Amino acid sequence: MMDCVLPRYKVLRDADLCSGCGLCARTCANGVYRLAKDGGLPSIEPARCVNCQRCVVTCPARALAIVRWPQAGTGSANWTLEAMQDIAKQAQTGGVLLASMGTPSPYPIYWDHLLLNASQVTNPSIDPLREPMETRVFLGSSPEALKVNERQQQVVEPLPPQLKLDMPIMFSAMSFGSISLNAQKALALAARELGTFFNVGEGGMHRDLEPFADCAFAQVASGRFGVDPHYLNTAAAIEVKIGQGAKPGIGGHLPGEKTSAEVSRTRMIPEGSDAISPAPHHDIYSIEDLRQLVFSIKEATGYRKPVAVKIAAVHNAAAIASGMARTGADIIVVDGFRGGTGAAPKRIRDAVGIPVELALAAIDQRLRDEGIRSTVSLVASGSVRNSADVVRAIALGADAVSIGSAALIAMGCHQCGDCSSGRCNWGIATQRPALTERLDPQAAAERVVNLLRAWTCELQEMMGGMGINAVDSLRGNRLMLRGVGLNEKELEILGVKHAGE
Amino acid sequence: MAGRHLHREGTIRIPSGCAIAAMMDRTGGRHDGTDILRSIALMRDRSNGLGGGFAAYGIYPDYAELYAFHVMYESREARAATEAYLEHYYLSEKQERVPTEDHPAIKNPPDVWRYFMAPHPMRLPASGLTEAEYTMRHVFHINSSIDGAFVASSGKDMGVFKGVGYPEDIGEFYRIGDYGAWAWTAHGRFPTNTPGWWGGAHPFTLLNWSIVHNGEISSYDANRRYVEQFGYDCELQTDTEVITYLFDLLARRHGLSQEMAAHIMTAPSWQAIDAMAPDQAAFETALRTVYSSALVNGPFSIILGSEEGLLALNDRLKLRALMAAEKGPMVYLASEQAAIEVVCPDAEHMRSIEGGVPFVVQLDEVARRRQREAAESCAVREQPRDHEVGVRPCRRKEA
Repeated sequence: MMDCVLPRYKVLRDADLCSGCGLCARTCANGVYRLAKDGGLPSIEPARCVNCQRCVVTCPARALAIVRWPQAGTGSANWTLEAMQDIAKQAQTGGVLLASMGTPSPYPIYWDHLLLNASQVTNPSIDPLREPMETRVFLGSSPEALKVNERQQQVVEPLPPQLKLDMPIMFSAMSFGSISLNAQKALALAARELGTFFNVGEGGMHRDLEPFADCAFAQVASGRFGVDPHYLNTAAAIEVKIGQGAKPGIGGHLPGEKTSAEVSRTRMIPEGSDAISPAPHHDIYSIEDLRQLVFSIKEATGYRKPVAVKIAAVHNAAAIASGMARTGADIIVVDGFRGGTGAAPKRIRDAVGIPVELALAAIDQRLRDEGIRSTVSLVASGSVRNSADVVRAIALGADAVSIGSAALIAMGCHQCGDCSSGRCNWGIATQRPALTERLDPQAAAERVVNLLRAWTCELQEMMGGMGINAVDSLRGNRLMLRGVGLNEKELEILGVKHAGE
Repeated sequence: MAGRHLHREGTIRIPSGCAIAAMMDRTGGRHDGTDILRSIALMRDRSNGLGGGFAAYGIYPDYAELYAFHVMYESREARAATEAYLEHYYLSEKQERVPTEDHPAIKNPPDVWRYFMAPHPMRLPASGLTEAEYTMRHVFHINSSIDGAFVASSGKDMGVFKGVGYPEDIGEFYRIGDYGAWAWTAHGRFPTNTPGWWGGAHPFTLLNWSIVHNGEISSYDANRRYVEQFGYDCELQTDTEVITYLFDLLARRHGLSQEMAAHIMTAPSWQAIDAMAPDQAAFETALRTVYSSALVNGPFSIILGSEEGLLALNDRLKLRALMAAEKGPMVYLASEQAAIEVVCPDAEHMRSIEGGVPFVVQLDEVARRRQREAAESCAVREQPRDHEVGVRPCRRKEA
């Protein structure tokens, strides 16, 4: 039967500008362009285009542009072209729709409804060029009260292990398999340069990353890939991944064709085999089981490493987080539903979970109501797009944030959302050597470092404007936020006043 | 009371600037309130007549072991309700109107009473709380639940005299010249937006703590939400209130010295810590890590009074003025140098308090006692264990 799936994009080529060099054909791993045998301009197959914009950026003549496929919908707000195309695809294949990166659906983005404060008259704003403006934070659990010997200036009881971050921004978990080793190396280099942490994700730690292990989180997810005592003890901290914002409640699946020799060695699975992460951890069916896993990891690492537990932001996140704080978790990570992913069922990505802003605010308040907020660290992730989002997250109550998509975008990602195909033209979400070599870890790291240095400067400017010279005083400081265009209930959950109040 | 249509402290957060002053005799010698009144009066243009007050330590030697409550009433009903409440939880040794004198500038004052009381000998142990915690909770209860009643101070052998007006007028109204105290603090207020409410004037107090403060802290909500975890209700929404609670938490409950508490609130910068010797850096890092939410940010100068003496503190960037000087056993503090010189023209060692460095003045006997004590902090166990007081776990909402 006829295939009813339409192309998503159309390639526009300015024939006057095009020199016919054929770089587009050599660049595009999706096979949009085909070199003509007679030396003419390459032919174009638009149905293959995913709008990654690699050809547009690399075309020396600037002759290319991608536009949306100009097919009109019916005008129905219900049966949109996209809704019908999804049905067409499923009718064709009988399969679950796969998608990548964060949901593009137009859900409210609460960051954009939160405005920041600045000092006027009654207290001075602080100039970060003149005064120290501190962005350092520590992550880890801490006692409610510190026992010290004041005369000798010593701590009587040592603190639980802490991670020192020079800026309250880390990199989210992205595994070797979902992204290339070069992309991971870029994050590792950037993390070391910036004094922060990256996260190897659930795919184990490639031996090339071991020199960066002191700024790495090792992840323990339901598939337990690459987990052994060496892995746990090499990293600076361990993260137990219960869920991911983009796909709460389900596991993961790395197709066998992506299990290259290197991936196989790192994940400790046979080459070419599918790597399946089950939906739950099969040794965690309840909160007390999580406690056992957390303490197994602490036993295995001699209580020298903080253990983080990451959950997807779901309806009951506050109560879950409160339980997690009592399981011995040192860091609670909450990942919002707009967070990215290498691959997720589209329906789950677009319909399951809640925005991280609401989950973060609810968790922070719940932990405070129970008097345990200052004993545990809280990290928020799931679409932090710029430094103002960082400020908002910290003011809502986060100790730090993690970024994934933003770091990848700095490396070249154009959010085409086709990661799961493994044909990433930017060398990020692919394992094909011809593509991964396009990403120079040093150059990519430099761009990521630039990004976070710029964010840190902006963070300092905004803090200074509020009259705050240490990020400690921004954390949970919700008076520095005002809502705009939010209803009473939203304001109540976020714990902020409306602008003008 | 005038201006009821406007918000009071407690329903809205009101920033204010101020004048502060203090003086203390380290030997414990008592001095009347004339000097402190002259000192604060000199800084009249730092206040705007919407609040002034004084705290005095050592004024009730005959009742030194009893809690001295100064309570302000806006109505007879408020007094009746408060007295009935106090009678239930305390044994009152003496209660009387605080003597006042009509003053042309003081309009419509509340009825101010004082009570010298001991906690009820059976209800205190039954509560499972320490004496201080017991008193603190009842003060919170009266201030938040009894309309028209406000506990101005609740310490032992100390009291607060405050109200709406310029501080020198308030001082004369309360006849502070009649009291002898080894330490006085004073406050003149410049709120940016308030009807002026007697309870909202400063010094702010809790138990033996009293605080006068000049500044507006930008870390307010971070500090508030931190102390609220430990059961402090920030009813008035003022900086002074939250700073008092921070001192109470760190010094009284966590057993740190006042100086250490002040050090935590104005912690050294990371830049300074990184330059320290490793042991010292580790110590400072641990303090900043555990107490990061107790860091106070933004411009402030404060003078803290307690049974130990005075402690003056400036924000770490030194964004507010505060001067100190000495003469014999006397120590003087004020927002302006002239306010010290007006009462002690030959004061010595005149200097400004450094940002982030606590300036501590202890009674000689306290300093001697501290020398002998162990240096280790010892946290007070505030909450009784569940099995000691009942079956309902506190503050857990989920099943």
